Amino acid sequence: MLSVAVRRLAGLLATLVVASLVVFTVMDVLPGDPAQVMLGTEAREDTLAALRTRLGLDRPAPERYVTWVAGLATGNLGVSYTYDEPVAGLIAERLVVTLPLAVFAILLSTAIALPVGVFAAVRRGTPVDTVVMGLGQLGVAVPNFWFAMLLVLLFAVQLRWASAGGFPGWSAGLLPAVGALLLPAIALALPQAAILARITRSSTLDVLGEDYVRTAWAKGLSRRAVLGRHVFRNALIGPVTIMGLQFAFLLSGTIIIENVFFLPGLGRLVFQAVAQRDLIVVKDVVVILVAAVVIVNFLVDLAYAAIDPRLRVRDVPR
Amino acid sequence: MSRTLAAALTAALLWFAPAGAEAAKDTLSMGMGLEPPHLDPTAGAAAAIDEVVYANVFEGLTRIGPDGTVLPGLAASWTISPDGLTYTFALRKGAKFHDGTDFEATDVVFSYERATAPDSVNAKKGIFEPIAKVEAKDAGTVVVTLKRPTGGFLFDMGRGDAVIVAPESAATNKSNPVGTGPFVFDSWAKGDKAVIRRNDAYWGTPAKLKRVTFKFISDPAAAAAALLVGDIDMFPNFPAPELIPQFAADPRFAVHIGTTEGETILAINNAQKPLDDIRVRRAICHAIDRQAIIDGAMYGFGTPIGSHFAPHHPAYVDLTGVCAYDPAKSKALLAEAGVKNLKLRLTLPPPAYARRGGEIVAAQLRAVGIDTDIIPVEWAQWLKQVFKEYDYDLTIVSHTEPLDIEIYARDSYYFNYKSQPYRDVISALTAESDPVRRTELMQKAQRILADDAVNAFLFELAQQGVWPAKLRGVWENRPVQANDVTGAYWVD
Repeated sequence: MLSVAVRRLAGLLATLVVASLVVFTVMDVLPGDPAQVMLGTEAREDTLAALRTRLGLDRPAPERYVTWVAGLATGNLGVSYTYDEPVAGLIAERLVVTLPLAVFAILLSTAIALPVGVFAAVRRGTPVDTVVMGLGQLGVAVPNFWFAMLLVLLFAVQLRWASAGGFPGWSAGLLPAVGALLLPAIALALPQAAILARITRSSTLDVLGEDYVRTAWAKGLSRRAVLGRHVFRNALIGPVTIMGLQFAFLLSGTIIIENVFFLPGLGRLVFQAVAQRDLIVVKDVVVILVAAVVIVNFLVDLAYAAIDPRLRVRDVPR
Repeated sequence: MSRTLAAALTAALLWFAPAGAEAAKDTLSMGMGLEPPHLDPTAGAAAAIDEVVYANVFEGLTRIGPDGTVLPGLAASWTISPDGLTYTFALRKGAKFHDGTDFEATDVVFSYERATAPDSVNAKKGIFEPIAKVEAKDAGTVVVTLKRPTGGFLFDMGRGDAVIVAPESAATNKSNPVGTGPFVFDSWAKGDKAVIRRNDAYWGTPAKLKRVTFKFISDPAAAAAALLVGDIDMFPNFPAPELIPQFAADPRFAVHIGTTEGETILAINNAQKPLDDIRVRRAICHAIDRQAIIDGAMYGFGTPIGSHFAPHHPAYVDLTGVCAYDPAKSKALLAEAGVKNLKLRLTLPPPAYARRGGEIVAAQLRAVGIDTDIIPVEWAQWLKQVFKEYDYDLTIVSHTEPLDIEIYARDSYYFNYKSQPYRDVISALTAESDPVRRTELMQKAQRILADDAVNAFLFELAQQGVWPAKLRGVWENRPVQANDVTGAYWVD
C-alpha cells in the first residue's frame, strides 16, 4: 500500500512539473505586454521600461521560470502585477468563495443524480424512466451559463426569492452566505447531475443483471435490502470515476458561473487576470487547479478501494 | 417523499431570501462594468480607477466639472504671469489628508516630483513635461514655472493622473488610497465591491451621501438583473443598450442618455499601401453610413462625428458632410486611384462598438468592392499589434481621453499620419491660452483632419445611465472618466 502511495505521489509531482512548464511557456508566448496593459496607450517608453523592471519582466525566461517554481515550492506565489499584492493572499480570499461553491455543487449534483439514476434503472422501460432520461438529455444539452441566467430571471427578478448575485461574505453570517451560493450551485450542479444520472442508470442496470442480484431477489430480500446492500455499492464504480472527471469541469464551470452571478471567486480572478495579462496570477492559479484535479483523482482512486474490496489487493504476486 | 422534498426546497429558498433593498436615503450602490486593478490614479491607466476615486477620494489643484470646465480644486485661486510661464496657486486652508496629516504646498511638490521621477509609473507623465520647476513658496502657496506657455496646463492638472498625494501614504495608495476628498476610502473586497464613506472633516462642502458602494458586475445580463432586483441602485454606464427600453418603461428608473469624450473611429493605417493615397481613404470614408452603425451596433445611442472632436464641446464643428455616405462616389474614387480587388484586414478589439460595428463596416466596405477580413483580438494583443507595431490596415477603437486631438500631431502614433500643417496648428494650440484663439485653432485642426480623411470618423459614444428617479446630482455626461458623486443626493 505504501509503495502505491509513493508511486502515486511521484506521478502527481511529475504532472505538476509538466503543467508548470506548459503554462509558463504558453504565458510567455502569449502576445501582449503586461506593462502596456497596465499603463495604457498614453504611457511613455521610459515609464513602461521602469514598470517592466519592477515586475521582473526583463529577466531571461529560464531565470523567471526557476524563480517562479522555487517560489511555488516554498509557498511564495509572487506578487500580482495588477494588484501589487501577494498572490497567495488573493487566491486565499477567492478560495473561500469558490471552494464552498464547488463542494456545494458536487453535493447537490450527487444527491440528485445517484438516487435519480438508480430510480430510473429500477423503473426501466416505464414512462417515469423515459421522462427522467428526457430531462437528463436536456440537462446535458443546456449550457450552464444560459441555465444560470434563467435561474436568475425566475428566482431573483420575478419571484424575488434570491438576489441577482454577489456574495455578502462569510462574516455576514452562515445563512446569508450559503444562500448567496445556492443559485450558483444549482446552476453548476444540474447539468452535471444530468450526466451523472445517466451514468448511474446504466451502471445500475448492469449490476441489476448480475447473478448475485437475482439470487438476492430470489432469497426474498426486501427492495431496500437488495438495492441498498447489494446493488448500490457495486453500481458506484462508474459514477465515482465520472465524478472525479467532472470535478475538473466543475472548476472551469465556476469561471462562467462566477461571472453571471458576479461572485468574487477564483474563476473570476483568473478570467480577469488573463485579460489584464496578470501572468503571475494566471500561472499560479492554473498550477493550483491542476494540483486540485490530480489530488481529486487520487482521492477517487482511494475511493475505489473503499467501495470495492477487490481493488484493495493492488499488487499481483510476482 | 417527493412532496416533503418539494416543501423542504421551498422552505430553504424562502429561508435564504435576502432582506430586501433598504429605502437607502443616504447610501448609494453603483454598478461598474470593470473592476479597477488598484486605487492609485497616478500609477495606472485604467479608467475604472478614476471612476472610483477621482474627485471622491483624491483631488488635484484643479478639478474638471460636469460640463468639462476647469474648476478650482485644492487650489482656491491662481494667477498666471503675462508670459504664461509662471502659475502661482493659492492653496486651500485647513485641508487635511484622510490620515490626519495637513495638506501643504510641500505635498504638491512631492506629488509632481513623484510623477516625473525616472522610476515613476505615472501613465500620463507627458502632462508634467512642460513643468520646469515646482516650488513651495510657503505652506499655502505653490509656484509652478513652465518651460513654455501651455494652454491646456490647468485642464491637465485636473486629470486623475495629477491628483495630490501625501508622502506619508503614497506608497500604499494602490490598496489604501489616502486623499483629501469628501469621501474616505472604507474597504475594497476584490472581485466584489469597493466602499467609500463620507469625510466629515472635509475642507469644503460636505457630501450628502453617507456611503457609496461600487459593485463590479461585468456581465450585462447580471447587471440588468441586479438593477431590477435592487442589489444596486444605479448603473452610470449601463453595458447592455438593448435593455434600455425596459428600464425607460419602468417607473422606478430614469434613463439618462449623456455624452462622453469617446470618439469612435475606423482608424486607417496611413502608411500602408494603398491606404497612403488620400483617394482610397476618402473612398473608405464615403462607403460608411454612420447612422446604420449607430442603429445596428449601438441600438441608436451615439452621435455621428466628422472629425476627432466631441459634439458637446463649444469648439465643435459639424464636419459630417465632408465625407458623407455616398457609395457611388466611393467606387468612383477607387477606380480613379486605380485600385482593384482591394483586400483589407479589420482588427477588432473586444468592446461591442468594435465587434458589432465592425461587422457593419465590413459589409459596407464589401458593398463598394473592398474585401474586408475581420480579425478579433484581445486588448493586450491590440496594444501590441496595432498600437505598438502598426501591424494593421483598419481597426475600430474609441478614444476616450478628453481633448485628445493632439494625438494626430505626435511623432509616432499608430495612424502613421504625418502632416506639418497639422503639427503647426497643434503647436500653436498647445501654447495658446486665450479661449477665443484656442477655439479657432481647435476648429482649424478638426477641418484639417476631416479634409485629409486621416481616419473614418464614426460616432461619439453615448453614456446610457440608468438610475432611480429619486436620485439627483449624478453626472449625466462624462467629460472625464469619473463617477463624481460628491454632489449626489436622494429626494423623497
